[in-house]
Amino acid sequence: MMKNSRLINFGFQVLAVLLALGVTTLILLAAGAQPLDAYKNIIRGSVGSFDKFSDVLVAFIPLLITVAGLLITFTAGLWNIGVEGQIILGAISTTWVLRLLQDTSTPPALIIALSLLAGMAGGALWASLAGALKTFGGVNEIFGGLGLNFVATAITIWLIFGPWKRPGVASIGGTESFDSPLWLPTLPESRLSLWALGLAILAIIVIYFLLQGTYFGLRLKAVGKNSKAAYLLGVPTWQYSMMAFMICGAFAGLAGAIQVTAVYHRLIGSISSGYGFLGLLVAMLVNYQAIWAVPVALFFGALNIGGIQLPIILKLDSSITGILQGTLVLFVLMVEGARQRFMKRVGDRQ
Amino acid sequence: MTTEMILIGFAGVLAAAAPVLFAVIGETISERAGVINLSMNGTILLSAMASFGVAVTTDNLLLGFLMGSLVGALVALVIAFCNITLKQSQVAVGFVLALICRDLSDFLGNPFVALPGPRLPFAPIAGLSDIPVLGVLFFRQDLMTYMSYLLVFLAWVFIYKTRPGLMLQGIGEKPAAAFVRGANVNRLRYFYTVLGGAIIGLAGPTYSLSVKAGWKGTLSGLDGIGWIALAITIFGGWNPLRAAFGAYLFAFLQWLGLVVQPSFPGIPSQVLQVAPFPLMILTLLLVNIGNAEWVGRTLAALPEPTRRFLAKLLRAMRASPPAALGVPFESE
Repeated sequence: MMKNSRLINFGFQVLAVLLALGVTTLILLAAGAQPLDAYKNIIRGSVGSFDKFSDVLVAFIPLLITVAGLLITFTAGLWNIGVEGQIILGAISTTWVLRLLQDTSTPPALIIALSLLAGMAGGALWASLAGALKTFGGVNEIFGGLGLNFVATAITIWLIFGPWKRPGVASIGGTESFDSPLWLPTLPESRLSLWALGLAILAIIVIYFLLQGTYFGLRLKAVGKNSKAAYLLGVPTWQYSMMAFMICGAFAGLAGAIQVTAVYHRLIGSISSGYGFLGLLVAMLVNYQAIWAVPVALFFGALNIGGIQLPIILKLDSSITGILQGTLVLFVLMVEGARQRFMKRVGDRQ
Repeated sequence: MTTEMILIGFAGVLAAAAPVLFAVIGETISERAGVINLSMNGTILLSAMASFGVAVTTDNLLLGFLMGSLVGALVALVIAFCNITLKQSQVAVGFVLALICRDLSDFLGNPFVALPGPRLPFAPIAGLSDIPVLGVLFFRQDLMTYMSYLLVFLAWVFIYKTRPGLMLQGIGEKPAAAFVRGANVNRLRYFYTVLGGAIIGLAGPTYSLSVKAGWKGTLSGLDGIGWIALAITIFGGWNPLRAAFGAYLFAFLQWLGLVVQPSFPGIPSQVLQVAPFPLMILTLLLVNIGNAEWVGRTLAALPEPTRRFLAKLLRAMRASPPAALGVPFESE
């Protein structure tokens, strides 16, 4: 029976993937495109060459770090939609420290390390705002977080066009680039930093053990499952929620910091690149389990990079990869509901 | 600024609030039944794009509006199916749909970007539009603006003054009690979620065929409106009249932002553009803070007259959601 039900679960999951592919194919057909061409281009554009694959890893790094953070807030039963803004504030804090120290005699390695820490602090601080609004003001974290996301974007644009504008013409292209000693070292001719990759892997490992093997993780789960019961059993619930927000914010901030020091080497208008919302999708898809976060984040990163050349080659908007990612999550949720219904019916019959 | 200009400005505020009203009233109906439609931001974008596309292709405004409503109803049907039949989280499904619909509007809307299209004609009501002041304010608008006044009134009468309206309140507040009294809770929830979605779906065409006529993809300036409308629904305390007040206040503040902007050249326009969002947080704070435990404790420690005044103020602002909002219902 056990083996049988695992087989059924697997069957339902395959069904979800097929449904998502089916719907995306229909949408491609509706737009008058050749679905096979589109898929071929996405695959070729993501794993077709070493360069492409290293770009996939560049996207994978901030995504995985963000997902690692989100696993903490999801475990605590929180919808941290403000994660996008937390990435942005991380990037802003990192830029701030780099600007502050770039003309001093501080060793570059120390500047980079400090800037990464500043990014984590900035993200945690921004997350604590959403946490405080929820804890002390009763404002649902979804709305608090969304509002703060828009504010974070506005701050970025204000900085780029105002106090931090490039000498000469200010543009949405971003602030002045930092000198190369302040970049997180990357592979030659590539934007891929093995340091950043290492940090991302470390992040997910830390979160895995935090959730699986510690008393903190256990209590956090209790808060997420039933906060009233946890409170009655002596878990300081609001402190735990607040801590979950700040840990997630710190991870998101690290993702933003890496976007600045390793990828763009400056602050740009769209510094978060939507990795926050994408991270929420990945976390939902892996059903909040750390182990699966790595392959799924890699897959979503590949879709993002693979979609880049669609507008150039096939004149298709690259948002089709977002549709595929979204429908995949939607169908996994639906199929999970259908599976539970199915199992219940089978259980009732026995 | 002359009185005439201010009057025209106010009339513009009433028109600009119309799409927000459709969104907020549709959401209020859905949430009254116990189902949160969190997809609203995406639904508005997709219905705006689809209705513009249909109106351009067929040169028929009515078909455009019907398409918008259909899109809203279909998205709501997916939500209802996932929540009511499959018992999945309303937040998860709604959020994912918000993202999918936004991407869909981007992807499928590509051929319609920046095309010239039809626009809902200005339709002053003969006679009424000549009334001094009120005529300019209320009766020199287009059809959808008149519909928006009517909708607020009808929704209020329906929810509070009719038998099916009482039942609607019941299935959101105490579904078990409504079930005992013979209501088919889940079927009614399906009905009201889809009805609410069809009304939300009118917000899109009211933008793309009237208030902000045209489709410019991600530059249409509609992204974010749906989240604001969700916040206004909470601010409105699930009461159509209070929700309408919120929508008009929002439209008024947006207009005010445009009016005062030239007087403050130091503030970049991007800052004023996001002003609604901190404001949204602030209003939600005002509406919810009365429920917080520490507020009660602090109030109790204050001298009596101050305490009574503050408590009254907080109670007036406070809004509590339908008790069974977001909770699936099972009859056995």
